[in-house]
Amino acid sequence: MTKDACKQIVLDIIADIAPDEDLSNLKPEVRLRDQMQLDSMDFLDIVMELRKQHGIEVPEADYIHLASLDSCADYLTPKFEALGK
Amino acid sequence: MNTSSHYDVAIIGAGMAGLAAGIRLAHFGKRVCIFERHNAVGGLNSFYAIDGRKYDVGLHAMTNWVPPGTKGTPLGKLLRQLRIDRDEFALHPQKRSRIAFGPAGETSLTFTNDFAVLEAEVAQKFPAQIDGFRALVALVRAYDDVSLDAKPESARALVRRHVTDPLLEDMLFCPVMYYGSATERDMEFGQFVIMFKALFLEGFARPLDGVRVILRVLLEKYRQAGGERRMKCGVRRIVSSAGRADRLVLDDGTEVTATHVLSTIGAAETERLGVEATVPGAAHPVGRLSYCETITVLNRPPAKLGWADDTIVFFNDSARFAYEQTAGPVDARSGVICLPNNFAYPDGADLAEGLFRCTCLANYDHWTSLPEEAAYQAEKQRWYGEIQRSALRFLPPLPAPDALGRATVATDMFTPRTITKFTGHLGGAIYGSPVKIRDGRTPLANVYLAGTDQGFLGIVGAMLSGISMANFHVLAAKG
Repeated sequence: MTKDACKQIVLDIIADIAPDEDLSNLKPEVRLRDQMQLDSMDFLDIVMELRKQHGIEVPEADYIHLASLDSCADYLTPKFEALGK
Repeated sequence: MNTSSHYDVAIIGAGMAGLAAGIRLAHFGKRVCIFERHNAVGGLNSFYAIDGRKYDVGLHAMTNWVPPGTKGTPLGKLLRQLRIDRDEFALHPQKRSRIAFGPAGETSLTFTNDFAVLEAEVAQKFPAQIDGFRALVALVRAYDDVSLDAKPESARALVRRHVTDPLLEDMLFCPVMYYGSATERDMEFGQFVIMFKALFLEGFARPLDGVRVILRVLLEKYRQAGGERRMKCGVRRIVSSAGRADRLVLDDGTEVTATHVLSTIGAAETERLGVEATVPGAAHPVGRLSYCETITVLNRPPAKLGWADDTIVFFNDSARFAYEQTAGPVDARSGVICLPNNFAYPDGADLAEGLFRCTCLANYDHWTSLPEEAAYQAEKQRWYGEIQRSALRFLPPLPAPDALGRATVATDMFTPRTITKFTGHLGGAIYGSPVKIRDGRTPLANVYLAGTDQGFLGIVGAMLSGISMANFHVLAAKG
């Protein structure tokens, strides 16, 4: 799993939960919240979809690592690799 | 049939809140079953048919309408959380609505789904109040109305700080109260904010085929997500031990167990299933506000009677607006008129027939204490006429005095008795108990409330309530 592939997984989830958002110009280093209308309900959905679709658990204390696409990739890529992906 | 089944979550009631919660929970892999006593889904926003004619129960208009692409509003949140494409609801915005006060509606405020229209109306009719009105609107916009632990404050007191003319104050409260307040005379400011935004800052819309469209979408999502439901099978009792719901006894006598129980039937109604408060006096009062509604089916669109423009009219003929339990059978001094034909349907589409609905406050005890069926029917007939006569004062004059009678092909009417019979809401209280439980907690650790008595109001509010409680108590809960 490359970090880019991991970012794409997160982008696919966001596209699924927020189909009304334009994701084409997202800056990977900027907080998602500052570029889109994502509230805590939406972040819960990102976590839930990661579990449902990929078997990845994100404990509440780690939600902070989902702030931007870059931080998502840094945090999630090792988790995907640990699952052999 | 299985006499003993276990669910991750048992949901009581297949109304908007129960269905929305069910979709969320089933989508994320929970084993969910919705138990509904009635044979139709929708709860307070259901539908029925008489003589082959379809009627909506509650829906005048869906509130919270915003144009496509508007971010951060309840409708958008709801669609996202339930993975519903906006087009599936096929919402069509209202034409315009009015608040008409005075014996013949002498003072009138028109509003549409464009808030600037109401603002301009207030500036024109109440020039001395416009600055205060704008300050109030700024306060409403800034208020965190979805906070689950907000401190209760009097809406009347806060509004009066900015709006000093009692007529304007009452005119603003009338639609907000009629479309969602379970409290007499005043309301909690957070509830006022939710309703003010839903009605005025957002707006009204409707699918051409009414509430059925919304329910069909919800049912299909729920089914696709793998949710189960049992119709004509309510929950009779919640059996608890050590502060937790242990098992549910169903109407047919069978029992099921569930890790979590989400009750959407109301606080007092849930208490009566066996979730009594352990603290004396903590029980939740039954609401005192109930309604009668007359439904008149016309053989032509209302436009042909000269009623082409109004979607909803909120009226009051008296010096002050009294939103409280009436001593008489019905309080026809104020009410709400709805003309479901008058939404902006595309390409000249319209309902098959004309519809004219009027809603007024009514006294539950009166309507449920009539000694026999004949007396009930006679009282219905009498008040059908009184309500309609009252409402007609606030609509443009008919082309001829008997024009409405000649255009009428069918009538129906619901009373507080009807509400309790079909929805199970005690006291015929559509908006439930005056005491709301924002965090949904009950005396039992694994039983939560959603829907009317959790306190997010309207159809969109009810669905968001189901979503929020499912998220908060089940999906985001630790362990």
